[in-house]
Amino acid sequence: MSRRHLGIFTAAVLAAASLTACGGSGDDSASAPKTLTYWASNQGPSLEADKTILQPELDKFEKQTGIKVSVEVVPWSDLLNRLLAAAASGKGPDVVNIGNTWSASLQATGALVEFDDAALQAVGGKDRIVPAALAAAGAPGKPPAAVPLYSMAYSLYYNKKSFADAGITAPPTTWEQLAEYGKKLSTGGKWGLAIEGANPSENAHHAFTFSQQYGGEWFDSAGKPTFDTPQNVSAIKRYIDFMAADKITNPSNAEYAQNQSVSDFANGKAAMLLWQSAGSNLKTQNMPADAYGVAPVPFLASPPAGGKKVNSMVAGINMAVFKHTKNKDGALSFVKFMTSDEEQTILNKTYGSLPAVKTAASDPAFSATEQKTIQETLVTTAAPLPQVPEESTFETLVGTAMKELFADAASGKPVTEESVKAKLTDAQQKMR
Amino acid sequence: MATSTTAPDADRREPRAGSPARGPVRRPRGPRRSLLPYLLLAPAVVLELAIHVIPMVVGVWMSLLELTQFHIRDWSTAPFIGLENYRATLDLNSAAGKELLHSFWVTLAYSLLSVGFAWLLGISAAVVLQKPFRGRAILRALFLTPYALPVYAAVITWSFLLQRDTGLVNHVLVDQLGLLNDRPFWLIGDNSFWSLLVVSVWRNWPFAFLCLMAGLQNVPGELYEAAAIDGAGFWRRLRSVTLPMLRPVNLVLLLVLFLWTFNDFNTPFVLFGGSAPEQADLISIHIYRSSFKTWDFGSGSAMSVALLLFLLVVSAAYLLITNRRRDDHA
Repeated sequence: MSRRHLGIFTAAVLAAASLTACGGSGDDSASAPKTLTYWASNQGPSLEADKTILQPELDKFEKQTGIKVSVEVVPWSDLLNRLLAAAASGKGPDVVNIGNTWSASLQATGALVEFDDAALQAVGGKDRIVPAALAAAGAPGKPPAAVPLYSMAYSLYYNKKSFADAGITAPPTTWEQLAEYGKKLSTGGKWGLAIEGANPSENAHHAFTFSQQYGGEWFDSAGKPTFDTPQNVSAIKRYIDFMAADKITNPSNAEYAQNQSVSDFANGKAAMLLWQSAGSNLKTQNMPADAYGVAPVPFLASPPAGGKKVNSMVAGINMAVFKHTKNKDGALSFVKFMTSDEEQTILNKTYGSLPAVKTAASDPAFSATEQKTIQETLVTTAAPLPQVPEESTFETLVGTAMKELFADAASGKPVTEESVKAKLTDAQQKMR
Repeated sequence: MATSTTAPDADRREPRAGSPARGPVRRPRGPRRSLLPYLLLAPAVVLELAIHVIPMVVGVWMSLLELTQFHIRDWSTAPFIGLENYRATLDLNSAAGKELLHSFWVTLAYSLLSVGFAWLLGISAAVVLQKPFRGRAILRALFLTPYALPVYAAVITWSFLLQRDTGLVNHVLVDQLGLLNDRPFWLIGDNSFWSLLVVSVWRNWPFAFLCLMAGLQNVPGELYEAAAIDGAGFWRRLRSVTLPMLRPVNLVLLLVLFLWTFNDFNTPFVLFGGSAPEQADLISIHIYRSSFKTWDFGSGSAMSVALLLFLLVVSAAYLLITNRRRDDHA
């Protein structure tokens, strides 16, 4: 090999090598003991809005304790990756918001502070916390890996005017009704139901609810995946069929992953929407609160044997502390501050979610129709997503399989029991 | 051998005026080598190690571990499983193996087409802009714009253009020109591959243009004059003067473009948002999904290493073949 050969060859090796060099790197926060770094999730209409909402509260905390909290609002599309990088590198924020469905997955990394009785006491006590929310903060039988911050549940949002125009007097209570009403509402360029079809997480949340109603489970009691059971196939097909068979969902929704379905609902392009705490988002899109109604998510008219009366996951945001923090006491006192009655009332009021502590729930702000519906769902018919370490993988794999099924439906390919089962089997094979 | 064959166009070449014996002139070197060259090299070597070599070795090591979320915080606890990740990801009977193979073919087709079109556009524009004329500088700058734009901003604009209901592409095709009755999807289904290809060519061709334009500056004008005197037309001059003279540029350009396109992550990631449709499931995105989204860094690394080996073989074969041909021509 000549020198030129060698030179070009080396260049080729190095160019190709950049492929393998994919490693996560966390943000390096040189946290002085009197400073905390906080990654907040995006709860409001935009990252900037969240910062504006949170900053006065953080200032208040600084006044009380002398600890400065520097906040970064991380978009949902990046949050899990960023958390994973922080867990892997042992660097990054002290306190973070996590989607409560990730609790067990992140708990398994061992990077989060465990909220045993002493730690829970330090943030205000276990008894204050809403039990359903605490159940979604880590694997059963272990100390929670996080503390609930905002509580949410899915509800059915419907456009009152569209319903009146179509002669529909009450929101649907069964999926059969929803499909029937949806057909009436899908005329003149408008559609019955808006779906965030390209967003794996949204898809996976619905996969859970529908599966529960059909008597299915995504993991067996030993934690092994059971993706392609007949119940799950029926559940997924029922959901995809809103676009594929009932044709009450605009095929374009197969592309939606940036909350366009909420915009479609706000703009009147779609008459119904299944969403968590959509109120504050709709408000920023100029849809007044009296223009839409909020009802519980429907059920099957005649549930099969084993079908459960579940119409939402226990949705919510938890707050976790990284073990690598240099100021654990400060971090815990920040968690205590954020879960205090006063902050719970202020923040949940702004975001349209519900307090995760019982003591703040009595505030009149939480008695609006939307909050009442969420409250009722949480208390009676919501169930936590499986709290297993593989949960986040389930969301990705099944959510993506559904995204592909929506793409099939949108481009006119038939969606059958077989095609759904094939996708779910593929997804299951990728679990290890 | 090296001098016995004669290229068909060799007789038309200018004789190398006064070129001395081949090979660079070597300076007489003292017995004691100076330390200075090594000192000067050191920063580059250290950076090279830190940025390329060490991560690559770590990547190879990761591919031998069962590195899932249970062990990501402390790699030393991850079980060593040897080639198990390779067996699992490269097993073409399993779902994962089939998808990887599919993704490989998609990426190969994507790379070849993208490089081909980018080169074709690049050479066309470079040849057209070779002779000075009014407005040439403006056109040059204009042509380079896609290359100068930040990837994220450029590709996200494409993703807006290509949306089915609100995108400009369908607005023009369906509403204004009436070419299509139904609004096609550009970002899901079969069309997604072609959308990705168009965006990729759009982003890459200015680089080909830039390199080829620079290469053309080195082609002596006399060659064209001589060719013109011999009665060579445009195509003949292109074939016999321009392309042979650009050969060294093309050699590197095509390889680099191929490697870049093959490894392209940003374009599909921004265009499709993390999980590409299967028709456009490029291998870089596929690997990203296998490691980051499913938290299985071991198998992601195994795929990366397998890919690295493939690209190594392709690059080495390419260089061997092209260099042998050049030696033959010399």
